[in-house]
Amino acid sequence: MANSADGKLSETNSSAPLNYLNCQRGFLSWALTLDHKRIGVLYLVSIMASLGLGGLFAMLIRAELIAPGETIVKEDTYNQFFTLHGAIMIFLFILPGIPAALGNFVLPIMLGAKDVAFPRLNLASYYLWLVGAVFFLVALVTGGLDTGWTLYVPYAFQTDTRVLTAGLGAFILGFSSIFTGINFIATVHTMRPPGMTWMKMPLFLWSLYATAIIQVLATPVLGITLLLLAAELVLGLGIFDPAKGGDPILFQHFFWFYSHPAVYIMILPAMGIMSEVIPTFSRKHIFGYKFIAASSVAIAFLGFLVWGHHMFTSSQSVMAGTIFSLLTFSVSIPSAIKVFNWLATMYKGSIALDTPMLYALAFLLLFGIGGLTGLFLATLSANVHLHDTYFVVAHFHYTMMGGTLIAFLAGLHYWWPKITGRMYSEFWGRLAAIGVFVGFNLTFFPQFVMGSRGMPRRYHDFPDKFAIFHFLSSLGAFLTGLAMLTALAYLLHSLFRGRRAAANPWGSATLEWQCASPPPKENFTEPPRVGDPYDYDNLTYDAENECFVPMNASP
Amino acid sequence: MPETDTTAEPDEGGQEHPQFLAHHFDTPRQQFNAGKLGMWIFLVTEILLFSGLFCAYVVYRANHPEIFIYAHRFLDKNLGALNTCVLIFSSLTMAWAVRSAQLERKAALALLLSVTLLCGFVFLGVKYVEYRHKWHEGLLWANRYAPRAEAAEETDGEQPIEPRNVGVFFSIYFMMTGLHGLHVIAGMGAIAWVLRRSIRGDFNRGYFGPVDYVGLYWHLVDLIWIYLFPLLYLIH
Repeated sequence: MANSADGKLSETNSSAPLNYLNCQRGFLSWALTLDHKRIGVLYLVSIMASLGLGGLFAMLIRAELIAPGETIVKEDTYNQFFTLHGAIMIFLFILPGIPAALGNFVLPIMLGAKDVAFPRLNLASYYLWLVGAVFFLVALVTGGLDTGWTLYVPYAFQTDTRVLTAGLGAFILGFSSIFTGINFIATVHTMRPPGMTWMKMPLFLWSLYATAIIQVLATPVLGITLLLLAAELVLGLGIFDPAKGGDPILFQHFFWFYSHPAVYIMILPAMGIMSEVIPTFSRKHIFGYKFIAASSVAIAFLGFLVWGHHMFTSSQSVMAGTIFSLLTFSVSIPSAIKVFNWLATMYKGSIALDTPMLYALAFLLLFGIGGLTGLFLATLSANVHLHDTYFVVAHFHYTMMGGTLIAFLAGLHYWWPKITGRMYSEFWGRLAAIGVFVGFNLTFFPQFVMGSRGMPRRYHDFPDKFAIFHFLSSLGAFLTGLAMLTALAYLLHSLFRGRRAAANPWGSATLEWQCASPPPKENFTEPPRVGDPYDYDNLTYDAENECFVPMNASP
Repeated sequence: MPETDTTAEPDEGGQEHPQFLAHHFDTPRQQFNAGKLGMWIFLVTEILLFSGLFCAYVVYRANHPEIFIYAHRFLDKNLGALNTCVLIFSSLTMAWAVRSAQLERKAALALLLSVTLLCGFVFLGVKYVEYRHKWHEGLLWANRYAPRAEAAEETDGEQPIEPRNVGVFFSIYFMMTGLHGLHVIAGMGAIAWVLRRSIRGDFNRGYFGPVDYVGLYWHLVDLIWIYLFPLLYLIH
C-alpha cells in the first residue's frame, strides 16, 4: 500500500515502521476503512462508550436502591433506568463486545489471513451498529423505555415509552451481528493459509466460529420477532396481541429462541479468550485442545434447545418444562469440560499473575458460581420459587459480567499491546483487576441471599429486612465503577506515555504475536509460520527488551 | 449484501492480479468460494427470518383451523397459480443465465437476465392486482379488517358462518406475502445490478461469482413463494 502521508509521518515519528495506525491519516481513512484492524478499533471505542453509558445507568440503579424508599428518582424513572441499563449493555456492549471488537481485530491475524473475507460487509456491519445505537439514543432522549430489555407483550403495546424506536434499533443491530457472523464463518472456512488446519486453529477462533454460527442462526428469528412487534405497534396485526386474538406467549417463544442462544453469543467468545490467556500465562500447553474446541460447538448446538427455561412460569406444559429443564442441565457438561481443561492447563504450570491472568482467574471463579447457580434455576421446583427474584439477577450478572465482561477485560489487556503498540502500567492494571473482582462480588453475592429470601427483581422499593443487602450491593457497585474508571485512566495514559510494546510481550505462540505491535497494514510482511498455537517450548525471554523471542532467532 | 463485496477496488499494484480479484484473496478460486459460502449462509439467515412467520402460521392454523378454512377462499387461486408459474419460469431463466455466464455467452446472459427481471415485474404487477382487490374489499389485517358485505358473496360454494378473529389470517397473509414482496424487489435490484455489469462485459470464465450469487438468492425467493402459495391459497 502506497503511503500517502510521508511528510506527516516523518515529523511525528520517523523511527517507527509503518503500521495499520500510521499508514494513512485523516478522518476518512478511518470512516471508510476496509481494514479489519481499524474496524475492530472503531468497534472497540464505540462499545466501550456503550459500556460507560450502560455502567452509568447501573450506578444510578444502585444509587436508588442504596436505601429503602425513594432515594434519588421516582418509580417510573427507575423503570427506565433498569430497562436502558439492560438494553444498552446487552445489545450495544456484550453481544458485539468480544466478537466485533476484539474478534475483528484478532481473527484474521490469528488465522494468518490479510483480512476477513468480506471487508465491505465488515464496514457495513459497523455502520449498522452505529445506526442501531443512534436509535437507542433517540429512544433514550425522546421518552425512554420501561418494558425491561425483553420488550414483553402486551405491556409493550400499552406503555407510552419508545418501544418502536428501541425495537427497530435492536432489529438493525441484529443485522450488524449477522454480517459479522457471515464474515467470520466464511473467513475461517476459506481464508486459512497453508498449514492452518482446523486442529491447528487457536481456540479463540473455534469459539468465534461457534459464536458466528449462533449469530447467523438465531439473530434472524429476533429480526422477524421485532418486525412483527413493529408491525403490531404501527398496523395492529393481532399476531401477538391477545385483545385481537393473538398469542403473547408466542412472542416469548420467539424472543427466547433468539435470546437464549444469544447468551452463548456473549459467553462463547469469552471462553475463547480464557483458552488463550490461561495457557500463555501458565507457560504450559493447553490441556484437552480437542475437547475445548468441540465443547464450543456443543454449547452452540445445545444453546438452541433450551429457550423454554425462561418460560417455566408462563403456563407451558409440565412435559415441555421437564424437557427444557433436562436440556438445560446438559449445557453444563460442555461448560464444565472447558473449566476442567483450563484448570488442568494451570496444574503444574508456571503461572505469571499479570493483569490478563488475574482477570482469567476471576473469570474461573465467577463463571463457576454463575454456572452452578444456573443449575438451581434450571430445576423446575426451585425455579418457581426463584423466578424473577434477585437470585436470577445475581446469576446472570455472574455469567454475563463475571464471565463476559471480565473476559473482555482480560482480552483487552492481553491484546492491548498488539492493538495500540503500548504497554499499560502493570501495577495499576493489577490493582484495578482486584478492585473489579472484590467490587463485583460485593455487588452480586448479597443479591443471591436477597433473591433466595424472596426479594423480587425490578422493584423500586423494598422492605427493611433487605436493606443491609441492598446497601452492600450498592457499595460494591460503586467500588466496581471506581475500579473500571481506574482501568480507563491507565489505559488512556498508556496511549501517550506507555512503553512501546514488543512483538510478543507475553510469550504467546499464536500468529498475531509473530507480527509487529501494532501490526502492519497487511498483517504479515512474510507468510506466517503456522505451528502448534500452544507450544511455548521454543520461545525464550529476552530480559533486555522485556519480551519473548523465538529460540532459533537468538544467536 | 454479500454479493457486493466481490467487486474489488481496482488494483493499485499493477496488472499481475485479475481485474476483480480483491487484494486480500490469493486466487480467484478462493474469492469465489468465500463469496459463495457467504451467500449460502446469508440464505440460511433469510430462511430463518421467514421461519418466524411460518411458525406463527403453524401455531394459528393448529389453534384455529376454522379461520384459515373460512378466510382462504378470499384469495384468488388463479392469480396465485399464475404468479407461481411466473416465478418458476424466472428461476429457469436465472439458472440458464448463470450457465451462460460460466460459458462466457455474453449476449445470452444479458437477454436471460432481462427476462428474469421482466418476470419479477410481472409478479409484482399481479401482486398489485391482488392487493388492490383486498384493499377494496376491506380484507385487511386484524386492526383494519372490515370486509364489505358483498366480499363473501363473490366467493363460490356455500356461505359458512364467519368465525372470530378472521383478521389474523389476513395479518399473516400480508406479513408473509409483503415480506416476500420486499425480497422480490431486493432480488430485482440485484439482478438489475448484474445485468448492468454483464452489459459492461465484467464477467468471463474466470469471474462470474456475482451472477452465481444473485442466482442463488433469486432461487430462494422463488422457493419461499412455492411454499407460500399452497399454505395460503390451497387450504382444505
